[in-house]
Order: sequence, then C-alpha cells, then structure tokens
Amino acid sequence: MSREPSSGVVPRVRTRNETLLVAESPPGPTLRERFGQAMPIIVLAPSLFVSFVYVFVFALWTFYISLSNSTLLPSYGFVGFGHYATLWSNTRWTIAYSNLFLYSVLYVVLAILVGLGLAIAIDQRVRGEAIWRTIFLYPLAVSFAVTGTVWAWLYSPNAGIEFLVRSLGWTDFTFRLTTDRNLAIYAIIATGIWQSSGFAMALFLAGLRSVDPDLVKAAQIDGAGPFRTYRKVIIPTIAPIFIAVAVVLLQFAIKTFDLVAALTQGGPGISTQFPANYVYDLMFQRGQIAEGAAAAMMMLAALAVVMVPYALWLVWRRRGESGHG
Amino acid sequence: MANATLSAIDFDPAYARAARRYFIGRVGVYSFLILFAFIYLLPLFVIVANSFRPLPEIIQNGLIGIPHSLSLKAWGQAWDSYCVSGTCEGMHRNFFNSLEMTIPATIISTLLGLMNGYILSKWRFRGSEILFTCMTFGVFMPGQLSLMPWAFILGKLGLANSIGGLILIHCVQGLSFTTLFCRNYYLSIPDDLIKAARIDGAGFWRIFFKIVLPLSPPILIVTVIWQFTGIWNDYLFGVVFSSGRGQPITASLIGMASGGISVRVYDVMSAGVLIGAIPPLLIYFFGGKYFVRGLTQGAIK
Repeated sequence: MSREPSSGVVPRVRTRNETLLVAESPPGPTLRERFGQAMPIIVLAPSLFVSFVYVFVFALWTFYISLSNSTLLPSYGFVGFGHYATLWSNTRWTIAYSNLFLYSVLYVVLAILVGLGLAIAIDQRVRGEAIWRTIFLYPLAVSFAVTGTVWAWLYSPNAGIEFLVRSLGWTDFTFRLTTDRNLAIYAIIATGIWQSSGFAMALFLAGLRSVDPDLVKAAQIDGAGPFRTYRKVIIPTIAPIFIAVAVVLLQFAIKTFDLVAALTQGGPGISTQFPANYVYDLMFQRGQIAEGAAAAMMMLAALAVVMVPYALWLVWRRRGESGHG
Repeated sequence: MANATLSAIDFDPAYARAARRYFIGRVGVYSFLILFAFIYLLPLFVIVANSFRPLPEIIQNGLIGIPHSLSLKAWGQAWDSYCVSGTCEGMHRNFFNSLEMTIPATIISTLLGLMNGYILSKWRFRGSEILFTCMTFGVFMPGQLSLMPWAFILGKLGLANSIGGLILIHCVQGLSFTTLFCRNYYLSIPDDLIKAARIDGAGFWRIFFKIVLPLSPPILIVTVIWQFTGIWNDYLFGVVFSSGRGQPITASLIGMASGGISVRVYDVMSAGVLIGAIPPLLIYFFGGKYFVRGLTQGAIK
C-alpha cells in the first residue's frame, strides 16, 4: 500500500477526534499510525472493487453486448439498437412483459393484503402466536423450485385438488389452472402469494407491535371501534412498512424465474412467459446472446421504474425528518 | 366466557352484547387463521405424506391423501439410486454439492459484510455514504444481467462448471446484502462507545473484536439465515453454471421434476424435493424467531 491514497482520505477520519490525537502525539503520525488509520480503507477496498465491477462494469458490459452482433458466442461488433426492436416486435416478449405487469400488480397487492390480514389476526392476542407465525413464514424458507414443483402437482387435474374433490363425490368439479392458457398466470400469482405473504406478515406484525399503545388507547377512549382504530390510527402509522414491503416484493416479482420454470415452464404455449425466463431461453437455448442481453437490460429498466422513485422518496423523507428535528 | 356470565349476574343487555361481539370476533379471528394455516400447510403435508406412501397407492388415491402404509423405500431411492440426467446415483451428490457451495459462500460473504458494515458505519470517510449507496445497487441487480460477464470471468479463472465458480458468484452477489444488513444494524450502536474506545487507545481491529463483534449476534443470525437460504435456494446460477452431477440440488430438482418422464414417480420425487428443502427449513424452524426480530432491527429501515 502506498501512502498517497491513504493520505487523501485519512484526515477526514481523524477530524472527529483531531484534538485528542494532536494532544497525544505532537510530532506527525508515524508510518505505523498511518497504516493503522488507513486500515478501514484497506479492508474495504477489495469489497468495493468487486461490488463496483459487479454493479457497474457488468451492467455496462451486458448493455454493450445488447448492442453487438453476438449470437452463439459474445462478439463485439457494434450494430446499435436493432436487438431491442426485434425484441419488442416479438409476441413472446410482449406477452412476457404484460405477464410481468399483471403478476407484479396482483402479487404485490394481494400478498400485502393477505400478510396484513394475518398480522392483524395474530395481533389479537391469539393463543400459540409462535406456532401461527412459523406456519405462515415457513414457505419463505423453501425455494421456488420446491414450491413450484409441489404446487404443479396440486394443480394437476389427474392427481391434485381436482382429483381429490371429484373423488369426494363432486364429479363435475373442475380446477385446471395450469393447463388453461388464460388461467395459468393466476396459478403462478397464487403460488407466489403463498410463498411471500408470510414475509409481509412478519414485517407488518413487527410494525403493529411498534405502534405506541397510548395512541391506540386514546383512539378507543374517543369511541373508535376496532376497525376504525386500525383504519384511522394504526395503519397510517405503519405506512412506511407498506412501501418497504411493496418494494421488496416488486423486485422479487421482476426477478421471477424459477417459480415459472418449475410450475409451468412458460406454458401452456407461451402464455406464462416471463422476462427472466425469456432471457435465459435467448441466451442459452437459442444462442441469441445479444437479444438476450437486450431483454436483460429491459428487466433492469423495469427495476429502475420501481427503485428510482423509492430511492427519491427515501431521500425526501430523510430530509423531512431532519428538517423537523 | 364462564367468568363473563358470572360477573353479569343482573342481566345487562349492553354487557351481553359486548360479550357476544367479543365471542364472534374470536371465532372470526381463529377461523381466518385456521383457513390460511390449512392452505399454507397443505403442500407440506402432501409432500411429506407422499414421500412415505407407496407409488401405487398415490396413483390410485391421488396426491392428496392420508398414508395407509408407510415405506421408506422412496427416500433411499431418492438419495442414492434414482436416475437424474443420465446417471443413476440419486441426489446425494447434488445435496453435497449444495453444502459445499452454500457453507463457504455463506461464511465468506457474512464475514466480509460484517467488516464492511463496521467500516461504513463507524469509520466513515469522505464519500463513504456514496460508496455504500453504490454497493446496495447490487441488492437490486437482476441476476440475468450478470450471466454473460460471469461466463467470461469464470472461463478466464478456470472456474467454469465448478462449485468454486458458484461460490465466487454467491459471495460477490451476497456482499451487497450482508453489507446493507450489517451497516444498518451497526448504526444503532452508539458512536460514543467507539469514541471512548478510541480515546483509550483501541485500534480498528481491537474495537471490532472487543466491542462490535460481541454486539453482533442478532444481525449475524439474520445474515447467515438470509445467505444460507438464498444461496441454497438459488436456481438461476446453478442451472447456468453447472451441469449434471456437478449441479447443486435446487438446480437439479427442476430437471428431475420436469424431465419428461412419462410415469411420474411421485414418491421418489417427493422424497427428493424434501431432501432439497430440509436444510433451509431446519434453519428457519430454529432461527426464524431471531430472523424476524433481527430483520426488523437491521435490514428494513
């Protein structure tokens, strides 16, 4: 380690307790001390470097590949935005993107509603709280590969839920989500909610517990019933949790890949294609790396649509807080 | 309820109405919870039951049913004789691949996250906040974006198609999560504590080992659970950067389940799926309580 990079950064570290250091060691810092002060930078540097490469270099690299003439192997001849045009003129891709939109909206809204409902129910001083919590949270531990496989069986007409209900006597019963082009996407949505609503529940429950009890008591003294108390007092105070949960779930939704691979493999036909699955197909099944990279960039764009407003909101809120206090 | 009726000896209609409303509310809450618990537990029940039911019974009675007889045959087959992608040695190899991948990657990314979090919260320097923000971008990066660069880099490093390559990927990808968790958690350790130690002459490492690390167990549990389950359950990198016998178990499961076998061997597949799900499930059952507590303390702020 040369001294130059450290000397540029270290004074800032020192400013906080400068007076102390000055009082203790009147002559300039020795080499050993300087090394000690540069220690945080030295330890942090490899992680920073790796993260920088991972986030920025990889993204730009993929962006460049999306503009290149790569097919089966990456190559670096520049061809421009043609692959994006091809992508958007492909029905499979437009279906994938509209599926993603439908999935994101329903999955996030319903997972939040179910999670909030469960959290409120558990918050009513029920018996065996830990057991309920574990039951609703365990799906989060299981991979989408496992979840998708098991639910694919339950949805399957000749062995799963339909088979069970028919064998119980209701012989006209039909429950064929995964084999119906128009319904298969809802099978994926339902399974996604099953997997993730426990996460929402856990965060909401923690939020409900953090609400000031005096506030709730005050509302009750003012004559508010339980529904009114939740609607007017408790839920508004935990509003930030809604946003955090929604953002986390949205980015799960955009990355949805293994759930589809295990549950429907994108079918029947192309009805449950998702962007992440299409990227994989283009890159590794069809040898169209450039177009796959373009599709991956569009996934990043979808994420940016979610994350940029969220980041701005965070900054705005922090400003507001520091302005108040 | 018995007490309620006793105390309301002289019949008070308002009181009776309140008691009835309370009772209806209780019934509502519990039936809501029971309904959802049924939906949540059904898949687990189905998979556990089917791993012990003989195949003919499953085919005849459907996947959802109570076992009439128990057999452990499916577990043995899934472990070491079932045929996946051409080789007939069950899933034990994939299971050990997963362990070989998950344990080192979890440990390395967690240790680095602890150090990074410590520096970014307690040894800030000019621009450290911006660097931290850039690191957290990694949390949101879709894995698909990094596939081509990884393929190139793993090839150059000679790690293509190896567990080592997957460990590298998961360490780098996990770094942003672990750093975010630990940094946010360490913000709650008072700066005065660190300052006092510095006045007493403690240096960077001493403060870390003597003060910060002993305060870390809550976030350590969150990070380890998050990393372990995330890496164990990863499908994308496993399926792209490994194949056949070299695959981690999660990647091999989908190949097994959708492998174009005409007769579904539900019993063996149930056991196989369970083998792939047991380690993260165990971690959740034992650490779930701390996980939720720590998550709300450090991760989501």
